[in-house]
Amino acid sequence: MLTSLHAKNRLQLPLGFLLGVGFGFLLQKGGVTYYDVIINQLLLKDFTVVKIMLTAMATGMIGVHLLVNLGAAQLHPKAGSLGTTVPGALIFGVGFGTLGYCPGTAVAAVGHGALDALFGGIVGMLLGAAAFAAIYPKLKPTLDKGDFGNPTIPKLLNVNHWVVVVPVVAAVAGLLYWIETAGL
Amino acid sequence: MDFFMEPRWSPYLVGIGIGVLSWLAFLLSDKPLGCSTAFARSAGILERMFRGRKVDEKPYYQQFAPGIDWEWMLVFGILIGALAASVPSGQFAWLWTPVKWADAAGDGAAVRWLVALLGGFCAGFGARWAGGCTSGHGISGTLQLALSSWIAAVGFFVGGIATAMLIFHVILA
Repeated sequence: MLTSLHAKNRLQLPLGFLLGVGFGFLLQKGGVTYYDVIINQLLLKDFTVVKIMLTAMATGMIGVHLLVNLGAAQLHPKAGSLGTTVPGALIFGVGFGTLGYCPGTAVAAVGHGALDALFGGIVGMLLGAAAFAAIYPKLKPTLDKGDFGNPTIPKLLNVNHWVVVVPVVAAVAGLLYWIETAGL
Repeated sequence: MDFFMEPRWSPYLVGIGIGVLSWLAFLLSDKPLGCSTAFARSAGILERMFRGRKVDEKPYYQQFAPGIDWEWMLVFGILIGALAASVPSGQFAWLWTPVKWADAAGDGAAVRWLVALLGGFCAGFGARWAGGCTSGHGISGTLQLALSSWIAAVGFFVGGIATAMLIFHVILA
């Protein structure tokens, strides 16, 4: 691994910025920084968001696992618990469907002039994050319920990661093919 | 250059591009792409402006110290990247009410602002509760085959689809 590069904070901040520029550029070009596109996905009328997310996931999955095999990267799976992952994701989903942007796409939407994303979305998300920080100590017992740690699916099944990567990528390709033939 | 001036690219091309960015993030920075932690840090930075150093004592901010880090720069980059993509292609436009919203609920900016504020609050609160958002869990977590992220990604879309259907097929119908 490029551990000396990882430790160079002065290089890492501009590197993060550059990767972000690429990410924001692609999100806007993909159209997923638009309320209409995101809402039409959630109403199951336009599958642009799903197409981009699944393609990014499959591409990323192959490359990152290859980097792991080459000893050039390590995984950072997030820890989860029933009390954290399930209610948190559902509350996020309610916000996602109401706002019509997610945190990353809201920031990108501001980049093309969406004022509802700025004064509503970003301000609301900052308030939401602050509110969570405020009640975090009280929520802690709920968050710790049903802790399942940070396993990956291959680790859980006790198999080599390619045993999972290959069928998942194949399933994604099949699903995308079906979405296209269904004209979605 | 014409290619960069086009208003839209194929979703598959964009998806592959984001996938490649995730390789670079792991390889060069040892980090997955993510966005919502930056919101927690920014909230802490803003709170500190009003309430001073005692904000740092909050247990949550001890875990996610208020300050500018790699991910904060990534999120700042997203803003600049979208600006760089939209201005040359003529897609930049100041807009208060998205077309789809205006068609269903009218073009009043105040109503849209309030709804967006409420939605943003839930999204920010929920992302911190779940420990990630559509980037950190939805793309970076699922590509690592993390169990927590696959559960979260399903939850994001279940909550999002139910809410959008409720708003457009019941409340605004």
